[in-house]
Amino acid sequence: MKWRKLEEAIFKGLMLFSLASVFVVLVLIIGVVAWKGAPAINLKMLIELPKGGYYLGGEGGIANAIVGSFYLTLGASLISLLLALPIAFALQREYTRRSVAQFTRLMLDMLWGMPSIVYGAFGFVIMVYFGLNASLLGGIIALSLLMLPIMVRTMEEVIRMIPLELKEVAYATGATRLETTFAVVLRQALPGVATAVMLAFGRGIGDAASILFTAGYTDYIPKSLFDPAASLPLAVFFQIGTPIPEVQQRAYASALILLVIVLMASLGARLLSSRFSRNIVR
Amino acid sequence: MPHISLQKVSIFYGKHQALGNVSVDIPDGQITAIIGPSGCGKTTMLKSLNRLSDLNEEIKVQGQVLIDGVNIYDPKADIFALRKKVGFLSQRPFPLPMSIYDNIAFGPRIHRMNRREMLEQIIELEKHNPAEGFCCADALKEGAGHRHHERDIMVEYYLRLAGLWSEVKDRLHAPASRLSIGQQQRLALARALAVEPEVILADEPTSALDPISAQVIEKQFQQLKKNYTIIVVTHILRQARRVADYVIFLYLGELVEHGPAAQFFNAPQDDRTRAYISGEIS
Repeated sequence: MKWRKLEEAIFKGLMLFSLASVFVVLVLIIGVVAWKGAPAINLKMLIELPKGGYYLGGEGGIANAIVGSFYLTLGASLISLLLALPIAFALQREYTRRSVAQFTRLMLDMLWGMPSIVYGAFGFVIMVYFGLNASLLGGIIALSLLMLPIMVRTMEEVIRMIPLELKEVAYATGATRLETTFAVVLRQALPGVATAVMLAFGRGIGDAASILFTAGYTDYIPKSLFDPAASLPLAVFFQIGTPIPEVQQRAYASALILLVIVLMASLGARLLSSRFSRNIVR
Repeated sequence: MPHISLQKVSIFYGKHQALGNVSVDIPDGQITAIIGPSGCGKTTMLKSLNRLSDLNEEIKVQGQVLIDGVNIYDPKADIFALRKKVGFLSQRPFPLPMSIYDNIAFGPRIHRMNRREMLEQIIELEKHNPAEGFCCADALKEGAGHRHHERDIMVEYYLRLAGLWSEVKDRLHAPASRLSIGQQQRLALARALAVEPEVILADEPTSALDPISAQVIEKQFQQLKKNYTIIVVTHILRQARRVADYVIFLYLGELVEHGPAAQFFNAPQDDRTRAYISGEIS
């Protein structure tokens, strides 16, 4: 009896330890980046383009990377969402046989697990084949490939949780599959859809490898889909590799900006999904 | 000619036979109770009548279910028209993830009913089935010219018919999921009635409800049977005694006995029926 109580206590301790370590890591990451980067952040950095000698400690800012990152990730989010929703809907039992759906899930999981540099390399090969240069469009496509499986799987998990009885209500009224999907499934899954988009957005905006070859890097804000685009992760990457302390500090500042964007988007998704939850049936 | 007639209906889940060779005519304008122990095919039989069972990909139905002389399992049968004609109440009420108002308006919307049709439907219905304290002609005059006037009247009418109006009239646009479970079941009834079915199927409609809500539902059924054929699945014998005009007794997937309620309860023919009624088997 005594041993069983001890066992209980040990495992409770273990769980608390694991929980605490996750929390500590999170605080440490934010803390270190903020501590090293915050002194270098100023308004100029947010709104100016890099001027001559910026990467040697000269004047200017990283507006090119901030805007570039938004262009890339918003574009890719839009494309992924337009593809992910129909796929997630199609995986329902009314549309797809269970074996086919399972196989699709397996494929998507494999795509999810694919290292992002592979997407970058794949995108690069395609671009070389068609004789294209690194461009905003190329980056958006590579990022979409990366984000699509994340969106589909996350949405689909939520859609699968919807009780069949709830859909039966709509079917019993004489609704078609499409009407049921829009009236019941989409509404019920909306908070989950918001979360899925957010998760993919966070993954996409932070990814460097997939856009390294496909979007390239530039000191300017892209004027068309065919111009190269800068991005925050690559701004961090290029600046942190220099021996100049000021530039290294700017790398941390860029990382801090990236972090703040992701955290704000995450918060936004939370707010959005609680608004969407109004009509949800539990 | 009876409304609904089952002819040699057998239903299989994969290799398992859930219902064996059932032939029975269901009387019009009465409450028919399908009774029997759990897992004896009651719900399977019920859901075969509006082909909700189609949602299960492993299910196989043999034989014929004739509704107004048309076999609903004919490949050419219009499943959406069928389900419009045969309304359904599930065991646990599920409101659609939308407002109370939209829950009622859902059916008429998907069946693309226009204002005139809605109006005609209610005026016609009111003749045989007046909702307490409601006069369509008066209501029409009151808000004439209002944009969704006909639909508003229709929503009010069906909510009254289901005995829910007085409780929700001030919050029609609140999420339906906030209603109590008893109210949700009456909402489900109103929603099912709003597509103008001729038959109402109910799968243990009171089993999740408190006694008072259950009583309200039973009372509504007694009212409604003048204009609808009602089929109720129940495993509560006392409920069957209270509400049923006709009884079908299923045991282990077999149709053991069926007949008018008085005869069924007072002079059962089969030993198993006697044992079930006396409580020897459950």
